[in-house]
Amino acid sequence: MKDRKTLPAVLLAAAIAVVAVGSSSARSADHKGGTLKLLAKAAGGTLDPQVNYTLQYWQLYQATYDGLLAFKKAGGDQAFEVVPDLASGYRISKDGKTWVFTLRKGIKFSNGKPVTVQDVVSSFQRIFKVKSPTSGGFYAGIVGADKCLKTPATCTLAGGVVGNAKANTVTIHLTAPDPEFKFKLAVPHASIVPASSPPTDAGTKPLPTTGPYYFASYDPNKQLVMKRNPYFKEWSHDAAPAGYPDEITQKFGLTVEAQITAIENGQYDWTLESPPADRLNELGTKYASQTHVETLTAFWYAPMNVNIPPFNNLKARQAVNYAIDRNALVKIFGGPKLAVPSCQVLPPGFPGYHAYCPYTKNPGATWSAPDVAKAKKLVQESGRKGAKVTVLSSDDEVNKAVGVYLASVLNQIGFKATAKTISGNIFFTYAQNTKNKVQINVQQWYQDYPAASDFLHILFGCESFHPGSDSSINIAGFCNKPINNQMHKALALESENFPAANKLWSKIDRQVTDQSPMATLFTPRHIDFVSKRVGNFTFSKQFYWLVDQSWVQ
Amino acid sequence: MSGAVVGEVAAREAGDPAATAASPWRLARRRLLRNRVAMVMVGVLVLIVVLCLSAPLYAHRVAHTNPFQSNLDGTTIVNGKPVPVMVQSTEGLGLGVTPIGPTWDIHHYFLGADQQGRDVAARLLYGGRNSLMIGAAAAAITCFLGTIIGVISGFFGGAIDGVLSRALDVVWAFPVYLLAISLSTVLIARGFSWGPFHITSSSLLLPIFIIGLVYVPYVSRPIRGEVISLRRREFVEAAIGLGATDRRLLWSDILPNIVTTTIVFFPLMLAISMLTEAALSFLSIGVQEPNASWGTIILDGQDLLYTRPTVALAPGIAIAVTVLALNVLGDGVRDALDPRAKLRSTE
Repeated sequence: MKDRKTLPAVLLAAAIAVVAVGSSSARSADHKGGTLKLLAKAAGGTLDPQVNYTLQYWQLYQATYDGLLAFKKAGGDQAFEVVPDLASGYRISKDGKTWVFTLRKGIKFSNGKPVTVQDVVSSFQRIFKVKSPTSGGFYAGIVGADKCLKTPATCTLAGGVVGNAKANTVTIHLTAPDPEFKFKLAVPHASIVPASSPPTDAGTKPLPTTGPYYFASYDPNKQLVMKRNPYFKEWSHDAAPAGYPDEITQKFGLTVEAQITAIENGQYDWTLESPPADRLNELGTKYASQTHVETLTAFWYAPMNVNIPPFNNLKARQAVNYAIDRNALVKIFGGPKLAVPSCQVLPPGFPGYHAYCPYTKNPGATWSAPDVAKAKKLVQESGRKGAKVTVLSSDDEVNKAVGVYLASVLNQIGFKATAKTISGNIFFTYAQNTKNKVQINVQQWYQDYPAASDFLHILFGCESFHPGSDSSINIAGFCNKPINNQMHKALALESENFPAANKLWSKIDRQVTDQSPMATLFTPRHIDFVSKRVGNFTFSKQFYWLVDQSWVQ
Repeated sequence: MSGAVVGEVAAREAGDPAATAASPWRLARRRLLRNRVAMVMVGVLVLIVVLCLSAPLYAHRVAHTNPFQSNLDGTTIVNGKPVPVMVQSTEGLGLGVTPIGPTWDIHHYFLGADQQGRDVAARLLYGGRNSLMIGAAAAAITCFLGTIIGVISGFFGGAIDGVLSRALDVVWAFPVYLLAISLSTVLIARGFSWGPFHITSSSLLLPIFIIGLVYVPYVSRPIRGEVISLRRREFVEAAIGLGATDRRLLWSDILPNIVTTTIVFFPLMLAISMLTEAALSFLSIGVQEPNASWGTIILDGQDLLYTRPTVALAPGIAIAVTVLALNVLGDGVRDALDPRAKLRSTE
């Protein structure tokens, strides 16, 4: 039985809610319009969503391109949720190998042409034709992908991606069940572009979009301009919500210092770059209301090449881990509000995370202090004392400072170390190639999607180590067969028993940490500094600030 | 006839009554000593060199610090109280860590700390040693090679001159900084290996050789012109008429008259080399961390310009003063060794 007294109250509350929602949406409509002006030091390279692999443009793709699935456009942890996007729904076969997607009707590209099943099939073929950086990783499990990887130009994915125009469905067949496949379909490399798109990297020529905005112009030396897609009608608020500004621009070329000053003065609204260390105090005091600090699922680490001296010795690698004062590194990064010391691979709050730190004065769950005496002893025992080491880092302010600090630590414990920086434009690929014989370097890894394998298997799996290649993301060259077998076991277990799989990932995290192919430094936090006029700041843990969900008027 | 005779003639022209008895070097020294501005600059240079040479003494005995080791968690004494070297912001959102500024206490972070918590004053002195050493060594290489190539080219002429001059023209055709940056960028990655010779990428020899080589045309060209001019002078033609060999002509008649030009070039090239080293190190392709030079310290200070400008200003001022002193001294040496220039300046 219902309580009579509560009924009027419920009705009243409902009426208030309706009025509130109405006035709230009216207020939201008031905020539509204006130009959101973003800044970046330099352009992010190709604009092709199936090729570009930078956070800079992945952030903008959230308001432009869509895949069959998408990460929810929401703040916080909700952003890790995968929702149907261009597909209205999907079903997975019992064996986990067949995924059937039903395409939404009535969605058009920004050139006015409708999105068809053929566009979807051709987009998956195009991933291989344009040699997308993740074609061999994320999408290698699609039937026919092996042929496409060998001869990309003639890729058909026959039997792998099958379109049915009549039923308006697309079926994807996998060679093995992949519980992480939904994440892989929600990243920009799986964006759906017109079937008429070139089978090569589109470069600076924007491809038509499906989202609320399209790229109107792109000059990598000047600026990128996004305008409202005239053919866009919101089909799912979770997957592709309409944006507020009429136009979004990203200008290139200003120094970071100048960018911060321009935002302080209200001339621009946001910068992609991390604020310089000497401006942090100013931002945190004078502009606190415009400064947003967010937790990231990422880590800074120093991969040590396990295949060349001196770090082909476990004790030498462990010595580095014991000697590093992670509090000092936190200071370099801007203080405890911006970074947290860490010893392990998985970041806090991530699937499979279980706090673990053996490389501290009092080994346990968290790091407390360096153990330099133990580090010196380990270097002595390793027989690598006096070995020459070059610490390589990118040439930007923080990376360079971390590299210099690591060289100082290595010298302190008995190595003969120097720090070297190279341009950030080539650093990432240079460090990956074994031909360059990089001994130890400074790296960061930000999740592609929320799964432990994205850290452990990608960074330390045997399959990610490609000697002599610029694309060998296992920079340490760490290939431990027993641990790798466990990674495969955990991947297989994910589709059957996710909690059990995460338990296994947790064990693998500890094993990798014990083997020390890297020295984990800290878990970073992210700063967004926006102008006074920016409202409704929403931070997605998956793709960071949702630029189009903020208003400027 | 030798250069000494030429010097005596020139000295007589200068109207010095004692000149007939004094050697040209003595005359030059006398002229230099009379140049008060140049002497002040010599004093400044000596002071800078002595300070830089005393870097270990200052670091270990006075400041009690290791300027090559990060000290991010360290403390120092200000007004008798221990304070952290890196100061964590506690206001507002509590963002940012700022290194301690100048304490003006010679024992404790006199010029403050850099981003690694290292003593800037100690690094400035150590950096000065490297900057001066690289500058001097590079200038010596430039002057030595420039003189040899210029003399051979000017003296022998013909095909030898053609080949050497065109080769130097190729080097000359590149903007000198662009050439130095290109060479450094290539060599800094893996070092330099040629047969049994190997220079590691972190070795100071790399910037020394790169800077030393790119400036060779700047010295060899004027030397070549002077040798061609000397070759036509009466005393050389007389020596040829007396049957002097090429070797004797070079050693007895050409080189003694060229050496003064090389000496005049040295302080000027030293100043230019120091500036180039600072530029390369500022671009991270010169001296490599944890080594320091004035260029690397300016680079460190660049990130602290807003809060701790001293870190960049101190080495900047050091470079400016040293280069100014070297240029003024170079002018003084030129005036002292070139009597005609002296005559011009006293007219």
